[in-house]
Amino acid sequence: MTEKFEKDEISGTQTTGHEWDGIKELDTPMPRWWLWTMYATIIWSIGYWIVMPAWPLVSSYTAGMIGYSSRASLENVMSEAAAAHATDRAALVTTELSEIQSDQQTYQYALRGGKSAFAVNCSQCHGSGAQGAPGFPNLNDDEWLWGGSVDSIYETIKYGIRSDHDDTRLGDMPAFLDDELLEPAQINDVAEYVLSLSQQPDLDAEAVTRGKEVFAAECASCHGENAKGLREFGAPNLTDAIWFYGGDKETIVRTISKGRANVMPAWVDRLDDATIRQLTLYVHSLGGGE
Amino acid sequence: MADSAVENIDVQPVNKKENRALFEKRKKIQPKKARGDFRRLKWIIMAVTLAIYYITPWIRWDRGEGAPDQAVLVDLARERFYFFFIEIWPQEVYYITGLLIIGAISLFLVTALFGRAWCGYSCPQTVWTDLFIFVERLVEGDRNARLRLDKAPMTASKLGKRVLKHGIWIVIGVLTGGAWVFYFADAPTLFRDLFTFNAALIAYSSIAVLTATTYVFGGLMREQVCTYMCPWPRIQGAMVGDETLTVTYHGARGEPRGPHKKGETWENRGHCIDCNQCVAVCPMGIDIRDGLQMECITCALCIDACNDVMDKIDLPRGLISYDTYAGQFDANPNKKLKVRFVRPRTIAYSLILALVAAIMLFTLLNRSILELNVIRDRNPLFVTLSDGSIRNGYTVKILNKTHDTRRYRITAEGLKGMQSWLQLDGPQDHDLVVIVPEDSVSSVKMFLSAPADSLSSKTEDVDVIVTDLDTGQVEVQTTSFKGPDK
Repeated sequence: MTEKFEKDEISGTQTTGHEWDGIKELDTPMPRWWLWTMYATIIWSIGYWIVMPAWPLVSSYTAGMIGYSSRASLENVMSEAAAAHATDRAALVTTELSEIQSDQQTYQYALRGGKSAFAVNCSQCHGSGAQGAPGFPNLNDDEWLWGGSVDSIYETIKYGIRSDHDDTRLGDMPAFLDDELLEPAQINDVAEYVLSLSQQPDLDAEAVTRGKEVFAAECASCHGENAKGLREFGAPNLTDAIWFYGGDKETIVRTISKGRANVMPAWVDRLDDATIRQLTLYVHSLGGGE
Repeated sequence: MADSAVENIDVQPVNKKENRALFEKRKKIQPKKARGDFRRLKWIIMAVTLAIYYITPWIRWDRGEGAPDQAVLVDLARERFYFFFIEIWPQEVYYITGLLIIGAISLFLVTALFGRAWCGYSCPQTVWTDLFIFVERLVEGDRNARLRLDKAPMTASKLGKRVLKHGIWIVIGVLTGGAWVFYFADAPTLFRDLFTFNAALIAYSSIAVLTATTYVFGGLMREQVCTYMCPWPRIQGAMVGDETLTVTYHGARGEPRGPHKKGETWENRGHCIDCNQCVAVCPMGIDIRDGLQMECITCALCIDACNDVMDKIDLPRGLISYDTYAGQFDANPNKKLKVRFVRPRTIAYSLILALVAAIMLFTLLNRSILELNVIRDRNPLFVTLSDGSIRNGYTVKILNKTHDTRRYRITAEGLKGMQSWLQLDGPQDHDLVVIVPEDSVSSVKMFLSAPADSLSSKTEDVDVIVTDLDTGQVEVQTTSFKGPDK
């Protein structure tokens, strides 16, 4: 063998020596710039090892010359962000809630912050769109158990409902059957009456009449003579189209028999005042704010 | 001769150096200066294109108060693109798409008609390489002088020439990058800031990067950019046809080639005297007599060189000339150039071009200065209010593209007894007026509520109407209103 592999006559390039069905492959040389690029990347990687954190050691790692660390960089970014928010957060705390709404800069800041704080802290019960669920009120509508003004909402978020905080909002729906306050028949009558308040069809007229008396005796003290609810006790309006736990007869009977005592936690010890104010303004902005 | 005791083995080293070159070194091309019509044309095009590049950012264009007065400006910070009377917002980037389509089709059309005219005359790579070669010739002399200089040992004079050449190249690179950044900021302000070191870091780094690419592409890599990096040479096969005008060597007339002495007969031989002038001037380092090649950018400098030679030996010009593939087989030196410019392919390209241009023009002329986007809340889909009515929430975005603050009234129609109000205002307040500052977007939350019995199905159409209180311009968007299952 005088030559390693045959040279292609036309291109003058050596072949790889492989042949398939008479087709041969040229071993075309790579361009020099390609080689230089590869060398450059190798040199770059060595520089990178020296400058940046690179090699794992037994209990630590090579830190690199400029001391970069992604954790420190995150902390920097977070403290920069906190510093950038400082003015707006301070304004949130020092301004009256009702006045913030006319200060566009602070108000828009509050709404955005409130939206994200809501997603983190509130959406688990109230839903991501604050649409609620049975037992967890819808915050978009115009019915408020404890009041829909910014101040009422602020207090509710701060101290909670039936929470373990001393200033919590308190109001009990007793278990009329379990505590033997009413007979099952009376509960049936009062349930019929409650349904009649919101003009439900197919009711037993006699039961409604009987239920009205029971209601006046047992329920009106919290829900009011006209059954429109009392915010003092968080007692809902029973005459409107919105039901807290459900508006079918079975649910109403259950509510009267077993009572209801859902809890909203107090946030005053978990969130800072600025965040609670953001949440207040956000909830107020959802469409039902008073 | 050889000692008979020693056997002469017929062997070659398996790994002989010249056979194991895995990496090919670039062979330097030293193009000779050409003289003639095409060279002159190229100088003119170079002057015009460079002038456009350098002057454009300095052209002023009055758009009124509060808007930049630069005719061509890509305002990245404020997300606007200005081009004379055209002003584009980011969401109108489809205008750029249209522009790119026009650019691409124009390139197809020009290539179908004249081959790679873009590559040969107006591609920035060609223009800057030409400029760099001009500088090289100025400093080191023409082809022969440069070849001698390359071979010569390093002396003070050679070093001086080299330093001067690369120095000027880098200055050109800086000026190239320097002009580029003016397209992205107010040119006079940036010009001052650049020298007082007040300009943004991105301005300096852009200049640095463009200096490097200009120097490397124009000075060092040159034809390699066209041959290895650019996809266009490989696409040209699909664009160029038998009737495309390209730089053509008329083999039928030129062959058989060979040296010719004055007074000898031209009988039984071709007109090519194999003087290699066409090869010497070629910036791509090819021989046009091999036919149309991927490397050929059709700069036509070989035409100039050959015409010069033909004049000297008293033969008709045009042994190398612009001609079609079909035309190169005609041996008659005095033949007329026949080109069919109107062909199905060029008609098709022209029609597509006209269509896209018309659509672009139409949309640009009908560009609205008021735009409305209504986004319905999806979470919750709807809210039941205490009186049983249904409420839907909407985010209304009003785009005021004028340069004045405008007041807009928002109204909604579509359902019986429907009420509308803006967030904060409450249902009692019906003054739904939004003030939108000039050249900006305002986003307001709007609520619509309707009695449950006004909905005859789960989803109803409602119209949100925005009226400009100053001009009366009205913009309507139809959106949906959702309620419970019926």
